[in-house]
Amino acid sequence: MRYNERELLSLARQPAEKAAEIRMSVPKKGSVLKKRLVKLVVNFLFYFRTDEAEPIGALLLEHCRITKEEENVFSISFIEEPERKYCFECASEEQCQEWVEALKRASYEFLRRSLIFYRNEIQKMTGKDPLEQYGISEEARFQLGTHQQ
Amino acid sequence: MKLNERSLAFYATCDSPADNSGFLYKRGERHTAYHRRWFVLKGNMLFYFEERESREPVGVIVLEGCNVELCDSAEDFAFAIRFGGTKSRTYVLAAESQAAMESWVKSLSRASFDYMRLVVRELEKQLEEMRWGLAGGCGGSREPPGSWKPKQCPERLPALPAIPPKENGCAVWNNALGVGQPPDTSGCGGNDDEGTLRPPPLPPRRRVLNGEAALESPSTFCQLHERYSREVARLRQDWLEKRRCPRP
Repeated sequence: MRYNERELLSLARQPAEKAAEIRMSVPKKGSVLKKRLVKLVVNFLFYFRTDEAEPIGALLLEHCRITKEEENVFSISFIEEPERKYCFECASEEQCQEWVEALKRASYEFLRRSLIFYRNEIQKMTGKDPLEQYGISEEARFQLGTHQQ
Repeated sequence: MKLNERSLAFYATCDSPADNSGFLYKRGERHTAYHRRWFVLKGNMLFYFEERESREPVGVIVLEGCNVELCDSAEDFAFAIRFGGTKSRTYVLAAESQAAMESWVKSLSRASFDYMRLVVRELEKQLEEMRWGLAGGCGGSREPPGSWKPKQCPERLPALPAIPPKENGCAVWNNALGVGQPPDTSGCGGNDDEGTLRPPPLPPRRRVLNGEAALESPSTFCQLHERYSREVARLRQDWLEKRRCPRP
């Protein structure tokens, strides 16, 4: 699949929502945990060798499952292939929990659900659609409930 | 750089609703011939397929940090997705009607994660202010009388970072929707010549909500939105005027 790598690399250089050195393994046979710089930027998780400026890889965090595994460890898997897990071993249980919480909220789809929720709540409390003043009430992406194509 | 392509393909083709979809002509990279492709916009990802029934996208354009502009082209209803940086590619697309073009320009312009986050923060803030209002001001219980709990988090609103690194969206909008605009020099972030986006300056710290801070952020967002609407309106005006002039 073609993609605009230059822009993605540029995104990887942006200030991160969260970044840390974490031991990580990829879902490949014989893969072991290796120390990586892991960086969350918008809905992408970039991972770098600790001394390199360009990431080894990027994970788009949509339709993924973040699972707390054993102590200090969490994993990321994608719903179409739940057995293939990217594993992350943190320095502490606290760090692990922080990452799990952050990653669960990292997807565009999560943001959209939050928006729809808040919009609905505000509308219930005030009787007014809060998006109207911004002129974006009719946008497909902000609609309550599923929108059919 | 590796990308989780299988998951991307799944995201593109699964039945989660698309924010826009339709046929567009895409100008080739090296050859300037246009190819008709089926486009699907989900979130900040613009996927394109060889055909509507294709099982996998040919490619994807990550839309973070892009500008969407109308553009001069022999092709009718053309618009461009531009990224900052001297070596960045510009994607030139053409719709099949005026209405389709406007619909795409609108939905692509607002497709970034940053924009969505901005809107969510706004609403989050409004809701929080209402809660404080209900509970009778500061101090006391954080729970409003009629209890509501967002499904995904405890009593506090979702923990989006308090000082976001790319908060104000200026880095996306400020390089202008117009063709031929001078490079951004306002303090709102922009691109340097090496092709890397400079992070925008940090926004002022959000003050503890006390009812008075209420007025600030909504006007910031309003200003942003107002600016955006003016630019789109101006651009549209320019385009309509060009259309009225006889073609050479």
